[in-house]
Amino acid sequence: MFDGLGNRLDSVLTRIKGKSRLSPADVDEALVEIRAALLEADVALSVTNNFVERIRSVAVGAAASRSLTPGQQIVKAVDAELVRVLGGESLKITYASKPPTIFLLAGLQGAGKTTTAAKLALHFRRNGRSPLLVAADLQRPAAVEQLRTLGERASVPVFSQPTDPVSVAKAGIDEARRVGRDIVIIDTAGRLAIDESLMAEISSISHAVQPSYTFLVIDAMIGQDAVNTAKAFNETLSLDGVIMTKLDGDARGGAALSVKEVVGKPIAFGSTGEKLEDFDTFYPERMASRILGMGDVLTLIEQAERTLDEEVTKKGASRMMEGRFDLDDFLEQLRQVKKMGPLKGIMGMLPGVPKELKDVDIDDKEIDRIEAIISSMTIDERRNPKLIDGSRRQRIASGSGVQTHQVTGLLKQFTEMQKVMKQMGIGPASATRRHKTKSNARKGRRNKR
Amino acid sequence: MGSYSGWIMHLLFLVLVYLIAVLVVAAGGVYISRQRRSRLSTSSKKVMPAPPGTLTARGGEDEKAASVVTEQPPVDNVASVVSSDVEEREPPKSLSAGLSKTRGVIGAALSRMKLRGGLSEEFWSELEETLILGDIGLEISRDLVSKTRDAFRQTGLNSSVEAIDLLRRQMLADLEGKERSLTLFGEAPNLVLLVGVNGVGKTTTIGKLANYLTSRGSSVILAAGDTFRAAASEQLEQWANAANVEIVKGSSGGDPASVIFDAASRAKAIGADVVIADTAGRLQTSSNLMGELAKIHRVAQKAPGTLSEVLLVVDATTGQNGLSQAKSFSQAAQTTGVVLTKLDGSAKGGIAFAIERELGIPIKFVGTGEKMGDLVPFDPATFVDEICG
Repeated sequence: MFDGLGNRLDSVLTRIKGKSRLSPADVDEALVEIRAALLEADVALSVTNNFVERIRSVAVGAAASRSLTPGQQIVKAVDAELVRVLGGESLKITYASKPPTIFLLAGLQGAGKTTTAAKLALHFRRNGRSPLLVAADLQRPAAVEQLRTLGERASVPVFSQPTDPVSVAKAGIDEARRVGRDIVIIDTAGRLAIDESLMAEISSISHAVQPSYTFLVIDAMIGQDAVNTAKAFNETLSLDGVIMTKLDGDARGGAALSVKEVVGKPIAFGSTGEKLEDFDTFYPERMASRILGMGDVLTLIEQAERTLDEEVTKKGASRMMEGRFDLDDFLEQLRQVKKMGPLKGIMGMLPGVPKELKDVDIDDKEIDRIEAIISSMTIDERRNPKLIDGSRRQRIASGSGVQTHQVTGLLKQFTEMQKVMKQMGIGPASATRRHKTKSNARKGRRNKR
Repeated sequence: MGSYSGWIMHLLFLVLVYLIAVLVVAAGGVYISRQRRSRLSTSSKKVMPAPPGTLTARGGEDEKAASVVTEQPPVDNVASVVSSDVEEREPPKSLSAGLSKTRGVIGAALSRMKLRGGLSEEFWSELEETLILGDIGLEISRDLVSKTRDAFRQTGLNSSVEAIDLLRRQMLADLEGKERSLTLFGEAPNLVLLVGVNGVGKTTTIGKLANYLTSRGSSVILAAGDTFRAAASEQLEQWANAANVEIVKGSSGGDPASVIFDAASRAKAIGADVVIADTAGRLQTSSNLMGELAKIHRVAQKAPGTLSEVLLVVDATTGQNGLSQAKSFSQAAQTTGVVLTKLDGSAKGGIAFAIERELGIPIKFVGTGEKMGDLVPFDPATFVDEICG
């Protein structure tokens, strides 16, 4: 929907390509685009304006560097600055010398605190700790039951009692001491930053339990209000870090930058899915390219690795490299790609895809149709489309509920693709080496994990 | 096969080649980049070797794309002026003073501007920034301000108060002529389906909506269609008890569509007027869950009675992603209206304005708190006044 910064700058800078240097006016124009890209990513206005001012000198420097691609230089500079701001010191959790180490979670309604509490608990349990979840959200109906169910899934005990949030939190810590749990994670009710009585309540919880770490849980989809919220929670609780949720959506997540600027503490974790395992350290690099809309290759690879069948992909790759990629292979790969979600979403993550392509509405039903047509062919036909004569074409068309000319069109397209593939020079020569690289890399990563 | 399909196939092929290439070639690169992660200066893209061949492939696509004339976004010089009084526009330090319900950031900024008089470039760019702060979005903010500016010039007005009034009228015009009440006139029971991303307040809204309808004389049944989230049906059950309405539940992890169908059948049997159905929150990027929603929608259409409303619940704090949500949910389940929740916070919910303006989906209700009565029909004038102070 929105242009990435790369595309935005390219469109400004192509007009002035001939120049060996960018004038200050050119730089200004580039800065307008940077500002637009950040605002469209929901970076707070004040944060955006400050950021753009900081980037000015960098942009001037990049412009003066006589580079052939000043646009890319500027993008790189912006990216680096974003990574610097988003990254900085990472959070290293120091466990309390006298256990338990106490974690307090706070945030707006619906940010995902309860789920995050369970995810955090699972994270610690997997690191050999023994956490206890404390259900101090007595506000939302069935919040305690929700945490109990999630606790069960994470194999972490949940403490609760029908008193009041402050007492529950205190009693939870006593309970942890009594049964020897070394981590306590306190889930609290969602509250608006402007709700004075509820903000006072969480402040008393904090005073009562003296948490080792207080985290603000914030939704990646939040807009301009992120600064107000982060400021208010930080003033009330002096936060130690931020956990960003719902990063598996397609929000640009500019709030990460806003919150980081306001709170000045690390974004410690990111939540990337509905499963309790979908919880990870926060990666500033990924967030930076996401905010800039420059394609999130790392996330794409991870998503690919999660959803694609390794064997099938390998097979497809080797068929391609041997130049024997046929309609049957195409169908097989097509079904895999479908699993990864809407084509438009995948396109959005690919770097360097022209704006015009990203903007076009892609109807995924079209993909179903392509799948239907190929599925209506026999294996022999898929291997050797030359077999397909008039009557076979008729059969395939009626089998897949399309017109015969659509079958013809598909076959023609595929032949063209095969040509493109040849032009791309994917050949047997380099195949072996690549395979080695891949398997080694995979081994390496496994070991690392 | 039409040119569109051919094009899709081409695209698919590119994605496919790209994915395979990325997995095969770049896995090594990623590994390296992960090792170097600690070095912040090392951009991941730098160490990732570009898959050979993709450039050629994309080049081919570029040629196609080249024929499309790139429309330059209107570069408003006014907008480029980075205002110096950013600090001033920030909400005041004291929470109680600055972030009251009636006088948000925007209202404060705008009324301050009203007093100032005189229409400098700065005024117009501040007006634009004010709208941006309300999450209306950059493009729409620019458009609204530039239209207001044109109208202002033509009418020969000269005060900022009049300019702001023009803006308000401009915004109201965008919200005009929509059916905002629930259309529950089909063969009973009328089914109201609530959809949306996680954590926007669907379940809470259903509780409040049940109360709203029963207090107006309708008999209501709730369908606990969120069988995924832990304790979601317990949460809805507590609302059902509070609103004193019947609830139909399925088993946890069960088929949501059949819960909704059962509720509709039950409503038909006992002669209830309305079924309000909950669904699990889902991010619009999850194709499986959006597929599930499309199925729920199909089943709801076939269930006894009439599928009368599909309400998209949007959190007022949502930023520009709200448009993507609205597009995807409309595609999967043909949304007929928006419920804007959490409007009692400091967020103004400007994204709902963007959704209605861009996609024509009317805002029907507004959620203003956690209590039973905190749901009111949407009123454009109040909404715009809140934004324009």
